[in-house]
Amino acid sequence: MLKTFLIGIKDVKLAFRDRAALIFMLLAPFLLTLGMGLVTGRFSGNSSSGISDIPVVIVNQDDGDLGQALVDTFNSQDLADLVEPTFGSEPEAARSMVDEDQVAAAIIIPAGFTNSIIPQQGAFNNGAMPEAVKIELYANPSRPTSAGIIKAIVDEFLSRIEEGTVGGQTSILQLLVSGRITPQEANAAGEEMTKRLQDAPNNSQLAITLNTSTADGEELDFDILAYLAPGMALMFLMFTVSYGGRSILAEKAQGTLPRLLVSPTNSMQILGGKVFGIFLTGVVQMLILIGGTSLLFQLKWGDSLGVIVLVLAAVFSATGWGMIITALARTPAQVGSVGSAMMLIFGILGGSFISLEQMPPLIQTISRITPNSWALDGFTTLALGGTLSNLSTPITALLTMGGVLFLASVLLFGKKNLVQK
Amino acid sequence: MPNILEVQDLVKKYGDFTAVKGISFTIKEGEIFSLLGPNGAGKTTTISMLSTLYAPTSGDATIAGHSVTKNPMDVRNAIGVVPQELALYEELSARENLIFWGQMYGLSGSALKERVEEVLGQIGLLDKAKDRVKTYSGGMKRRVNIGVGLLHKPKLLFMDEPTVGIDPQSRRAILDTVKDLNKQGMTVLYTTHYMEEAEELSDRVGIIDHGELIAIGTQKELTKQVGETETLVLHVGENEDPQALVTAFKNVPDILEANVVDHEISIITPSATDVLAPVVSKANERGIKIHSIDIREPNLEAVFLHLTGRALRD
Repeated sequence: MLKTFLIGIKDVKLAFRDRAALIFMLLAPFLLTLGMGLVTGRFSGNSSSGISDIPVVIVNQDDGDLGQALVDTFNSQDLADLVEPTFGSEPEAARSMVDEDQVAAAIIIPAGFTNSIIPQQGAFNNGAMPEAVKIELYANPSRPTSAGIIKAIVDEFLSRIEEGTVGGQTSILQLLVSGRITPQEANAAGEEMTKRLQDAPNNSQLAITLNTSTADGEELDFDILAYLAPGMALMFLMFTVSYGGRSILAEKAQGTLPRLLVSPTNSMQILGGKVFGIFLTGVVQMLILIGGTSLLFQLKWGDSLGVIVLVLAAVFSATGWGMIITALARTPAQVGSVGSAMMLIFGILGGSFISLEQMPPLIQTISRITPNSWALDGFTTLALGGTLSNLSTPITALLTMGGVLFLASVLLFGKKNLVQK
Repeated sequence: MPNILEVQDLVKKYGDFTAVKGISFTIKEGEIFSLLGPNGAGKTTTISMLSTLYAPTSGDATIAGHSVTKNPMDVRNAIGVVPQELALYEELSARENLIFWGQMYGLSGSALKERVEEVLGQIGLLDKAKDRVKTYSGGMKRRVNIGVGLLHKPKLLFMDEPTVGIDPQSRRAILDTVKDLNKQGMTVLYTTHYMEEAEELSDRVGIIDHGELIAIGTQKELTKQVGETETLVLHVGENEDPQALVTAFKNVPDILEANVVDHEISIITPSATDVLAPVVSKANERGIKIHSIDIREPNLEAVFLHLTGRALRD
């Protein structure tokens, strides 16, 4: 175990001393992120997410004012470029539109939504709280970014209503309990609160042009760089893993692998060390890029724990790809060529350049073989305010992919008898 | 002295090609034993099997009592290997290389640190220890390559043609290092295709050709096989035809054997002075100009020539 660790550490050291590799691992993703940020206007204050006209279907079964307020929000001028709402009357039909990938999400506002928040006259006479009725957001899993934006808008709307509701109900109940007001006066106070609440979503300027909240309540803008930076980092992560894979064959050619094999170190320790080195190099690369873009571009990647776990899962999966091309190749040059091709193809397929939602369904399906697409979904979710708990799908997919690839590469290495003649 | 290495009928086949054809020999503790043979004779394959890198097709060998086929890990702990090719991490410094390889041999902590400094001193690179290996000359790299093999103080050190492709000064330094190591009690198995190195270093020599060990013994024992002969070496011009001259020697008495390598004719004879006059005469008859003539005492080159009919450099 110690030797495996030492071999891995040695490989990280070698990777970060190779100037050519450093250019690809760190400089290139930085420059491309910067370049694409400039193209999209991120650095000129003319930021655009590059995402527009997100199709969403809204079914409003509420006959109160709040349901209508949410509909008005989606119809507002502020969101005109971002969302393209259509309206339906049947929840099931709306869900079908999502299932058929016609829209990014369906918002179903149930009957009684307004009443659940703004009690009818007399509701406070017995001091009982109204029963909660929840809005349903039915999200399209194949459009995680767009669905995430719709969710962020709805969350923002609900959080503003909730703030008013909790504050109002608490105040009225306290006044009732303390005997300062009579039940009749409580009704009057409730009516006043109702009036204020009805005004709340429209009067306040909803900062919901891609705004959402993080788990700790901090306001967060969805930044186009939050899509571009991970996209570039993941693309060049594929370079790193192929570089690491190439080093296995290069060590064989330069004689250090045979020298390791005649030391009291077994082949599993050596192979494990090489894999650990690739993994560790990838993790360090990703963390430097995340740290660097946070410092230089003030980019907020989101929930730290989520970012770390996602990085580990993404690098694990990418390392699996690095190992499989190494197991299939015969020379370091072959790994280099295949690795470069893989980096570009996975970058394009995985959405590093163009959002997957703008690609045909077939490409979207194929993209799921890339760690890039799953990891990018995860990073987008985090940038939109999601936490580790929202990452179960991409993390499971990445770990499964990595596990399968590792198993296959170990079998191939065994067949090739690469390390032991 | 007991045997530290015992090789029994070691065979290595690659498909239809047999690289090593059932060789057997022993090395005693404290010896320098050289495997002498031309390129492609099977020296590196033999060392690769003995160092457990390649599994033998058949046969076995024991090193310090451990079988290379049954207890490879014990063998690896007992041996040090200096491969023919430089096997170093060029982006690491000499010290970092030695630390890494020391760790691979189970050294750690202050023992590792002390041993690394000791080896750096031994190979004369203490003042350059921080520099990356890629900035070193070929000779310096060779010295680090040797240093790695010494780190864990192996009982038996394999050195596979450690002087290939380096300048005479570095070559001299390496040969001196081998002698020093041996004086300190280290047993060395040294492979080379340079007769002079084998002659200078070895207690015993095994001559290997086409995967077979064709002779083994001390230098004296081996040269005896050639008999009490001398070698007369003629250097002819580049435009001359040495083979024609060799043909003319067939009728000259006391010429036991004559072989051509490039523009050099080696004549094995009981008395070089006796054949000198007829040899020069034959050359003059054919208008072949002789540039120079050397008379050599019996040596390993002559033994190889005698045994194979070819020169070591063929």
